[in-house]
Amino acid sequence: MTEQPRLAEQNAAVLLPEPFVKWFGEKGWAPRAHQLELLAKAQSGQSVLLIAPTGAGKTLAGFLPSLTELANRPRRKPGQARRGIHTLYISPLKALAVDIERNLGKPVEEIGLPVTIETRTGDTPSHKRQRQKLAPPDILLTTPEQLALLIASNDARRFFEDLRYVVLDELHSLVTSKRGHLLALGLARLRAFVPDLQTIGLSATVAEPDELRRWLVSQASPGDMSELIVVTGGAKPEISILDSEERVPWAGHSARYATPEIYREIKRHKTTLLFVNTRSQAELLFQELWRVNEDTLPIALHHGSLDVAQRRRVEKAMGENALRAIVATSTLDLGIDWGDVDLVVHVGAPKGASRLAQRIGRANHRMDEPSKAILIPANRFEVLECRAALDANYLGAQDTPPLVNGGLDVLAQHVLGCACGAPFHPDALFDEVRTAAPYASLDRPTFDRVIDFVATGGYALRNYERYARIRQTKEGLWRISNPAVAQQYRLNVGTIIEVPALNVRYVQAGSRGAASRGGRVLGKIEEAFLETLTHGDTFMFAGKILRFEGIRENECFVSNAPGSDAKVPYYGGGKFPLSTYLAEQVRAMLDDPRRWKKLPEQVADWLRFQADKSILPKRDDLLIETFPRGNRYYMVAYPFEGRLAHQTLGMLLTRRLDRAGAKPVGFVATDYALAIWSLADMGWMFKNRKPSLATLFDQDMLGDDLEAWFADSWLLKRTFRNCALISGLIEKRHPGKEKSGRQVTVSTDLIYDVLRSHEPDHILLQATRTDAATGLLDVGRLAEMLSRIRGRIMHKNLEQISPLAVPIMLEIGKMPVNGEADETLLMDAATLVEEAMGPEMTD
Amino acid sequence: MNFSLPRATLIAEADLVGIAGERAVCDRRGVLYFPDLRLLAVSDLHLEKGSSFARRGALIPPYDTGATLLRLQAVIADYQPRIVVSLGDSFHDGGGAERMHQSFREQLEAMMAGRDWFWVAGNHDPEAPADLPGETVRELAIGSLLFRHEPSKQRVEGEISGHLHPCARIVQRGRSVRRRCFAGDGGRMIMPAFGAYTGSLNVLDRAYAGLFQLETLVAYMLGAERIFAISGSMLRPG
Repeated sequence: MTEQPRLAEQNAAVLLPEPFVKWFGEKGWAPRAHQLELLAKAQSGQSVLLIAPTGAGKTLAGFLPSLTELANRPRRKPGQARRGIHTLYISPLKALAVDIERNLGKPVEEIGLPVTIETRTGDTPSHKRQRQKLAPPDILLTTPEQLALLIASNDARRFFEDLRYVVLDELHSLVTSKRGHLLALGLARLRAFVPDLQTIGLSATVAEPDELRRWLVSQASPGDMSELIVVTGGAKPEISILDSEERVPWAGHSARYATPEIYREIKRHKTTLLFVNTRSQAELLFQELWRVNEDTLPIALHHGSLDVAQRRRVEKAMGENALRAIVATSTLDLGIDWGDVDLVVHVGAPKGASRLAQRIGRANHRMDEPSKAILIPANRFEVLECRAALDANYLGAQDTPPLVNGGLDVLAQHVLGCACGAPFHPDALFDEVRTAAPYASLDRPTFDRVIDFVATGGYALRNYERYARIRQTKEGLWRISNPAVAQQYRLNVGTIIEVPALNVRYVQAGSRGAASRGGRVLGKIEEAFLETLTHGDTFMFAGKILRFEGIRENECFVSNAPGSDAKVPYYGGGKFPLSTYLAEQVRAMLDDPRRWKKLPEQVADWLRFQADKSILPKRDDLLIETFPRGNRYYMVAYPFEGRLAHQTLGMLLTRRLDRAGAKPVGFVATDYALAIWSLADMGWMFKNRKPSLATLFDQDMLGDDLEAWFADSWLLKRTFRNCALISGLIEKRHPGKEKSGRQVTVSTDLIYDVLRSHEPDHILLQATRTDAATGLLDVGRLAEMLSRIRGRIMHKNLEQISPLAVPIMLEIGKMPVNGEADETLLMDAATLVEEAMGPEMTD
Repeated sequence: MNFSLPRATLIAEADLVGIAGERAVCDRRGVLYFPDLRLLAVSDLHLEKGSSFARRGALIPPYDTGATLLRLQAVIADYQPRIVVSLGDSFHDGGGAERMHQSFREQLEAMMAGRDWFWVAGNHDPEAPADLPGETVRELAIGSLLFRHEPSKQRVEGEISGHLHPCARIVQRGRSVRRRCFAGDGGRMIMPAFGAYTGSLNVLDRAYAGLFQLETLVAYMLGAERIFAISGSMLRPG
């Protein structure tokens, strides 16, 4: 697909205006083939998807069509009307927009182009935004939320009338979320304003490029795709798995055992980037590294909960190559250019082959030099997973998640936004919405229900006609009822829902925050975690060990507790489920003893031991072990389908086992396995087909059992809250007052209960169930697994725990079995009181 | 013990408490029943909260009034009280009774028929509800009990109030459980909010400062099957 370099050189002269050719010459560079190819396609009127690894000059490629066109544009004569935005650049991160402004400004200045470039983000002061409306820049760098706001303003059509290109950066990461849905709808709106608008998508490698190609263009003719340019190559990364001299632990995620070996690697390299999967791992690794940091190397910490100023300092230091190592979570995943990183260390399993590839791309940001990376598995299963990911990376396998249909809550937000901009006709808007790929299969009745929802809440009890937010005129146009609706909309735009979190502020030890309020803010911590702390508890945050002093209004007070051990280990943050692709690879590896040679000896031994004591599952089989231990009976299943799917499976199986009389007591799920324990002998029950495992694992559990469990699951309430906020049912912010997260949580839970019992088919509950099924519960993946294992369940009834079961058995008691056992806890507390005080106050 | 309870089974799912010498059933559904007086107290119904929000542009489901009345109907059917005291904030705002759907009004009137019904004035509904029977009072004294909406600052033995929407939180095995609750210290009692859309405020919040004798404070947390009496020393703020 990519043209030969020589041909490209000839093309350069044809395609590029003279000042560009000269600029490349002065730099001693030649335009790359894919840059010219993209330019040629854009100039012929096509929209294009460019897939290239980091360091391939993607940004310049994306802007060349705009820059060359702007270079050739005649200068505006005095008195001539101002021109609108020429190119809109949209990125998932504010920081990326700022970064691009800098990187793009340089060539524009050096070539001497008459082009103005400005950013517009949540941080842009309002006077600058006002000015941008009156005198728009040629190129506007912004985010999906800002685009939604621009579209909802009443001069949107005029503001965008001169728009030629929309450049979408990091498209692979944008499209997988609700932000992507909102952006797709915004793009459809822009296409309605400017029918011959062209899009240019920039993306890292993905599993299904065609999905993105459809996403970029109107789906008025279903299946239409943009042009595609793929840049392959780049030097093959050198990846290894740490072959530790230490014992690799059975379970856990800290990888603490490898700290000295990691430190040795940091010393050997210029700058090391250390990736971990969760914030708690980041905090822990950072602590551990400083514990052994005899040479006091500059090692920094970076994650999304830290105070912004703190993060900016680290980023700046990185850019200046002043750091030797940075411990980071996914906040640094996206394509921002940082200093000369020459080693990437990935602690914990990468969970997906594509994620690993993207993270490794961070090292040596030049395409032609090999990146160097070391994987540090935190436990034995992770050794298998790292090995699988490593093989996949060499094979170039991709396992980015497939795209899902657009959310109805997002559509509701967009519909209100459109009405805020200008009155719309439902027929026209329906057609327009369906040109957006995520909504291509939306049906008219559903669309009409969404409009009804936006207008009056869409309830069967038609009580709110007089409070309608939008009303239909005689001509059939929907318009907002009053200007306050638009004001409210603008405050609540967007799909990013923040988890309720509190500022963490330093105070003097023991002051409980009452006396001094002065200390500095370290960052934000989820309220749910803070709720489990009591005064004096110690925990790790911002690279420090802190003592919890108390909560006052929306702030959490802490004091320094150096030298003590962090008592409370758990602290949330992003967790990714194991990708389907890697799961399959791990199963394949278990089934093939020849591949064990590539594994560290202690891990291979573990598998041989398992084969001896129990059995290893065949690639497409599901192994189920049962054994007694203590006064309980255990069942351990090894589906390798990821934590979310296992959790759902655990909930459903427990219900079924309960009905079958097994008296299940609890379960625990990891990425690899699921363990359920009970009072009755499940091994005996399965052997005597009471019930048989085939019946227990029958797909019909996804019917009634799932429905019944859905009904009162706390997971659904959390999902409902998001849908309620995004759809505008509940406001994130109301003019003049900010709601605290707690108030919103409480009321959406109550609303959920009421709505579910009175109108279970309400469109918002429909949206909630769809979201939960794809997101939190991974029902789709569970369904695939259940159909795959039909007739392929291997049961091994054992006298005692098997080697393979050790890791998950170690998780029991460490992980809270979430949500459903509140009553038991209350019972415990009440019993304690009774024991301590006697049957007090009961007559 | 000889209570004139209509159904003996109710005792099993309720806790008997003493308030200023008067015996009361703390029902897990959030109502207080005085068997000797055949009096049922319920607080903070906040009827028509949904439509109150809708007026300001938040179109939350209009089913809260129906849901609240249905639950109220159930407890009234169980206890068959002679007297019902609604402890204030019965409607979310002054226009609530007027906005209420005709079917809900009829449902409410059917519940009120044949018994004495008192609307205690609350801060949300200081006036008598439009076109509804029942007597509107600022406060109500019966025997050793005093019913009012807001707890008074100075200690009043036997005071039953609402307004604060108490809830309590405990932490067990690293997990946190928060529930609505009755809060009492043997002398006074603050009732949980009954309305379907009512939020709650922790009994350890500053708003409760000085109201209770902390040594004897008990939070009667509402469970799915029963009431859990938790002593003040086990409670957590937040």
